[in-house]
Amino acid sequence: MTDPADARHIAYGPPTAVLELESVTRVYSSEPQVTALRGVSLTVREGELVAVVGPSGSGKTTLLHLMGTLDRPSSGTVRITGVDTRRMSDRQLSALRATSIGFIFQQFFLAEHSRVLDNVADGLLYAGVGLDERRERAVEALRLVGLGERWQARPTQLSGGQRQRVAIARALVGEPAIVLADEPTGNLDSATGESILNLIHELNTRGTTILVITHDQGIASRMPRQISMLDGRIVADSSGDVATTRGDAGSRADGSSRGEVLLPWELRR
Amino acid sequence: MIEPAVAVRPLRPSDLVRVAGGGLRTRKIRAALSALGIAIGVAAIVAVLGLSASSEAGLLAEIDRLGTNLLTVTNGQTLFGQTAELPKEAPARIGRISAVTEVQYTGSVGASVYRSQFIPSIDTNAISVRAASLDLLPVVGTSVAHGGYLNAASAAEPVAVLGAAAGQRLGIDRVFPGERVRLGGQWFYVVGILNPAVLAPEIDSSVLIGFPAAETFLGFDGHPSTIYVRSQTDQVAGVQSLLGRAANPEAPNQVNVSQPSAALVARAAAQSALNTLFLGLGAVALLVGGIGVANIMVIAVLERRSEIGLRRALGATRGHIRIQFLTEAIMLALVGGTVGVSMGAIATALYATVRDWPVVIPPPAWAGGLAAAVLIGAVAGLLPALRAARMSPTEALWSV
Repeated sequence: MTDPADARHIAYGPPTAVLELESVTRVYSSEPQVTALRGVSLTVREGELVAVVGPSGSGKTTLLHLMGTLDRPSSGTVRITGVDTRRMSDRQLSALRATSIGFIFQQFFLAEHSRVLDNVADGLLYAGVGLDERRERAVEALRLVGLGERWQARPTQLSGGQRQRVAIARALVGEPAIVLADEPTGNLDSATGESILNLIHELNTRGTTILVITHDQGIASRMPRQISMLDGRIVADSSGDVATTRGDAGSRADGSSRGEVLLPWELRR
Repeated sequence: MIEPAVAVRPLRPSDLVRVAGGGLRTRKIRAALSALGIAIGVAAIVAVLGLSASSEAGLLAEIDRLGTNLLTVTNGQTLFGQTAELPKEAPARIGRISAVTEVQYTGSVGASVYRSQFIPSIDTNAISVRAASLDLLPVVGTSVAHGGYLNAASAAEPVAVLGAAAGQRLGIDRVFPGERVRLGGQWFYVVGILNPAVLAPEIDSSVLIGFPAAETFLGFDGHPSTIYVRSQTDQVAGVQSLLGRAANPEAPNQVNVSQPSAALVARAAAQSALNTLFLGLGAVALLVGGIGVANIMVIAVLERRSEIGLRRALGATRGHIRIQFLTEAIMLALVGGTVGVSMGAIATALYATVRDWPVVIPPPAWAGGLAAAVLIGAVAGLLPALRAARMSPTEALWSV
């Protein structure tokens, strides 16, 4: 297996966008109506490690739903690896998730009666990969998260941190274009959470594009790029050492979103 | 914009079974209990059908062993309602029909039998006395259980052979020297007791004596009343049509001709009418089992919201979720059905072995039982599967 990081260095020019949101709005038609997102635009490029941070109710979970194609925006566009999801059917979106998006959840969501190996292999179940290949790739993914030896264990025999590693391996096994992590350390003590964050950093340096949703400013501050949310809007987007392309995204966004998105250079004092 | 070429792949059958089976394995006890309902229903149906088929096969085998070529000729009635008599020459005339292989006969002697002279005369025990020819037993398909039968010498002496039921009613179950019964006001010595005669039950409740003895001691007129005829097996119908005329050429309508095995076959078929009731009970059990399966599936869908949400996040389509839960319900019912078929088959085999019947489990019984189980599983799982598929992934994942 070639290291994807090498491939990234060989490729010249700006990294491709794996996730693009363009003036995305999400209104829940409950009584009264709730507007969870108001014209959000953002671009995540290949190889980035992004934190979306904000207090509860800021719209970050809704943002995750839309980025993960688990929900559709009321208006605006979501593109995954350049593919517009607006006109895709529910079936096609499912297939897109199976091949291009990995999820990591706060509650891990592991099948307790299946072996660790099969939990990870299930990450490829709906991508049309045969059982033998699923297991082979699961072993590799487990090795990547440092659990190569525990493939036969049941999730109940593992510690919380190990369980989250299994869940991370499941998200990685399909080599998705982007991994979305929802409060990945939310159910872990601080030391274990630390090791999971280190793993996320390590995976990112190996080439995986990861977006972490968190309410914890401390966790967010350790990510190269932080997007702050409040009341359904992006209030800050600080890019770190990754080649910044915010000018791009800003010029593509229409006028209305322009006013709501603070560009990086506007934030830097 | 380029339209994405994203392929949706159906699950491979092996994966489908793994996924659905995994759902069952996580809740073994509950799955087993709800499969038990199906199992009991299917077992009841298979056992009822299997037992009735086995008992029928047992009876038919018995009839086959005894032979279907036995015909009986009895005296009918005259035009005026009186009992007609068969001519004394009837057995000899019947014996001249070429397809007839054996002819034996009995004659009703109007006498009663008692254990001793102290028994009130009304306690006849419904035992009749018959004069019998000397080779009767093999023709009516029975044999001697204890002692012996009449022979040319003893037929002229006051000796008697008891039919199986007659022996029981008289309280005699073995033969020893000096054993005697009071027959027509005289002592007759008991020389033998017979086994049951399935094809000629009238022999069972009779006491048999020799024709010469009946004439000597009881004033019997020597007219036969029942003639037992064995014919060549492929000529039974032809012989049957000739018997009336051969027995009594002057008044063939005063003769009754019958084939005892035909009546037994009809009885075997009639027994299965009772089975409808038990089949109905089995169907009710099956229905209750189906409701059990539906119940566990509804609960499973509610309990497993996060699993459904996770699978949607991993790329499962609504169709994937639907087929998973439907397969799970069908597998559950199929497990119940398989267990039920085995239970029904074992019950049938045990009972049939005890009764000495051949073990017959008709294919419609087990195939039908399995098919019914699968159908019930599919129906019971349909609604829960649709509900699971309709569940929104975000609600399933974030509202736990």
